[in-house]
Amino acid sequence: MSSVSDSTPAKPRVGLFVTCLVDLFRPSVGFAAVKLIEESGCQVEVPGLQTCCGQPAFNSGDKQDAAAIARRTILLFEGFDYVVVPSGSCGGMIKEHYPELLQDDPPWQARATTLAERTWELMVFLHDVRGMRRVEARYDGVVTYHDSCSGLRELGVKRQPRTLLGSVRGLTLKELPGAEICCGFGGTFCVKYPEISDKMVGTKADDILATGADTLLAGDMGCLMNMAGKLKRLCTETGARPTRVRHVAEVLAGLTDEPPIGEAGG
Amino acid sequence: MQSTSHAFKDNAHEALGNRHLQSALDKMRAGFPQRRLDAIGKLPEFEDLREQGREIKNHVLENLDWYLERYERNVIAAGGHVHWARTPEEMRQIVLGLCRKLGARTVTKGKTMIAEEVGLNDFLESEGVTPIETDLGEYIIQLRREPPSHIIAPAIHLTKGQVEKTFRETHTDLPPDRNLEEPRSLVAEARTMLREKFLKADVGITGANFLIAETGSSVIVTNEGNGDLTQLLPRAHIVLASLEKIVPTLEDAAALLRLLARSATGQDMSVYTTVSTGPRRAEDPDGPGEYHVILLDNGRSGMLGTEFQEMLRCIRCGACMNHCPVYGAIGGHAYGWVYPGPMGAVLTPSLIGIENAKHLPNASTFCGKCESVCPMKIPLPKMMRHYREREWQRRLSPPAARVGLKFWAFLALRPPLYHFFYAIAAQVLGLLGRRQGSFYNLPLAGAWTATRDMPAPQGRSFQEMWHQRRKKKAV
Repeated sequence: MSSVSDSTPAKPRVGLFVTCLVDLFRPSVGFAAVKLIEESGCQVEVPGLQTCCGQPAFNSGDKQDAAAIARRTILLFEGFDYVVVPSGSCGGMIKEHYPELLQDDPPWQARATTLAERTWELMVFLHDVRGMRRVEARYDGVVTYHDSCSGLRELGVKRQPRTLLGSVRGLTLKELPGAEICCGFGGTFCVKYPEISDKMVGTKADDILATGADTLLAGDMGCLMNMAGKLKRLCTETGARPTRVRHVAEVLAGLTDEPPIGEAGG
Repeated sequence: MQSTSHAFKDNAHEALGNRHLQSALDKMRAGFPQRRLDAIGKLPEFEDLREQGREIKNHVLENLDWYLERYERNVIAAGGHVHWARTPEEMRQIVLGLCRKLGARTVTKGKTMIAEEVGLNDFLESEGVTPIETDLGEYIIQLRREPPSHIIAPAIHLTKGQVEKTFRETHTDLPPDRNLEEPRSLVAEARTMLREKFLKADVGITGANFLIAETGSSVIVTNEGNGDLTQLLPRAHIVLASLEKIVPTLEDAAALLRLLARSATGQDMSVYTTVSTGPRRAEDPDGPGEYHVILLDNGRSGMLGTEFQEMLRCIRCGACMNHCPVYGAIGGHAYGWVYPGPMGAVLTPSLIGIENAKHLPNASTFCGKCESVCPMKIPLPKMMRHYREREWQRRLSPPAARVGLKFWAFLALRPPLYHFFYAIAAQVLGLLGRRQGSFYNLPLAGAWTATRDMPAPQGRSFQEMWHQRRKKKAV
């Protein structure tokens, strides 16, 4: 892209796609992502004009608005070496669905495809693209991990977070039975069909509690808020000690000063 | 069959409160997926087979007219008859006409979803012909006058205790103190009851898992052998099938059979695989005197050439529903028509109209599990999304959702306004939720907070914090 004349190659430029939920609910995930991407040897920029990836419109059948939002995102991010997203769901939208969404518009579809090739979910980027195998972080506790659906099935996020978590000092990973089963979030699904969604997240919460882990991690804020909300309600009702819920990036970056999702500051 | 798909939400509500159903679903969720995994674990070429299966069906769908004509010629050459039914009504009338011609009073039936689709049993009964289901699951639900809740396990919504109760209520000639504790004793009782019916039936009706173009044969698989007794003992065998069941050759059917049982029940093969070609020949020891095939369209030809064509690859294994977390939460009846789960979420609107089934393509989290286990690699979530697009275009989606989404899209396309809103929302909600860390109640989010807390934001939006920090650094 730019000519590099000095002997040390310039660090790759990464555009961070923040995602709506991280932006609104949990900036600490964004800062954790920035720290990890920098540790992998890249420089991070955050385009200030970014908004949402357009998935709510796309999955609701509103192709027109989804395509308009997609074009904006492409414009903002196509100049970067990489685009990194701390969410399998939004990452999958850009990487898997933008080219499909814009298929009736060949010039834009070509740009979408180019962007898709450079776009990565955070864990895949660190592990597969940047070859990161360990992090300098400490987390004392037994954690369990939920595989969010889009990350798992669209982008192949499975072993990357586990390998990296394996290098966190003090952390023990206890696998969650049914870790690949959907938690019932599903974007607008959880408000369109709240009873079914609640049944699904209830089953998930039971499985999480049965592991005995004190912390639940995952890579998508939507699923995390759903599971944290259910766990908190269950623990309030039973008086049990609440499970701490965090985005995996917070633990890997060692940024766990903020209270867990759904918990008050101490 | 009458549809209640429009009442999906009410159906689901009822299903979630049904204790028996929930206990049956707990068992199902634990059973089917593990058995499938074990079966395909022993078959290294399973992924290649999926690709092969997909190509076989794609080829047929691209040349369906040619294969249908070839199939018809070969059925006739083997001494059989082919009837074409555009609609359920036409299929019912053809069946009734054949029954009348044969003077049939009772009809035994193997499991056929097409008969469910056209509502055959109720119709035959109203015309004085008695249909008798011979598949154990179908027999049970026929006694209970319920529709199937699963395409391969029609009575999966019932517990053993419920089946025992049904048998005691209907088999009143048997001693009331008999022991029906064991599943085995329930099976034995059903077998005794059915044996006599097999021998007395005038006509046997079965479905077809595959129709073979090169030989004019129909193939069915069963685990109980009831299909063989149904089609061999009576005077006539009637096969009910839909157009897309055609495959070119026996080899093609063999490839698909290797996928079918593994995906469905985790068996290598079903216990019985029966190939039928025409009526009994002079040298045959047994077989039906007449052999009829009725081919149903019912909207399928209209799916060809559209974004829903790939749905016609479906071989009805049920893997998508066995693995679907939504089906696992509410069972099959909630979907309101013949075909439940993810395959039903695409097939039902295709066959009865999206306006009559508008919930079904929406009642999915798009978790993608169905597509990942589908032996025919049908992109089910993508097709559900296509139906959502049609609903959006035709304004069938709920007005409140449309307004909300339009407002959100308006913001998403205007970054300064969007960030302003997000910064305010983060601040206000963060402040209000700071003490508890989450909301027990939240206006406009009542659907969520009825049963779970809503985590509170940290208090400032990422964008606001990031750009403020940048500014500080720059100064």
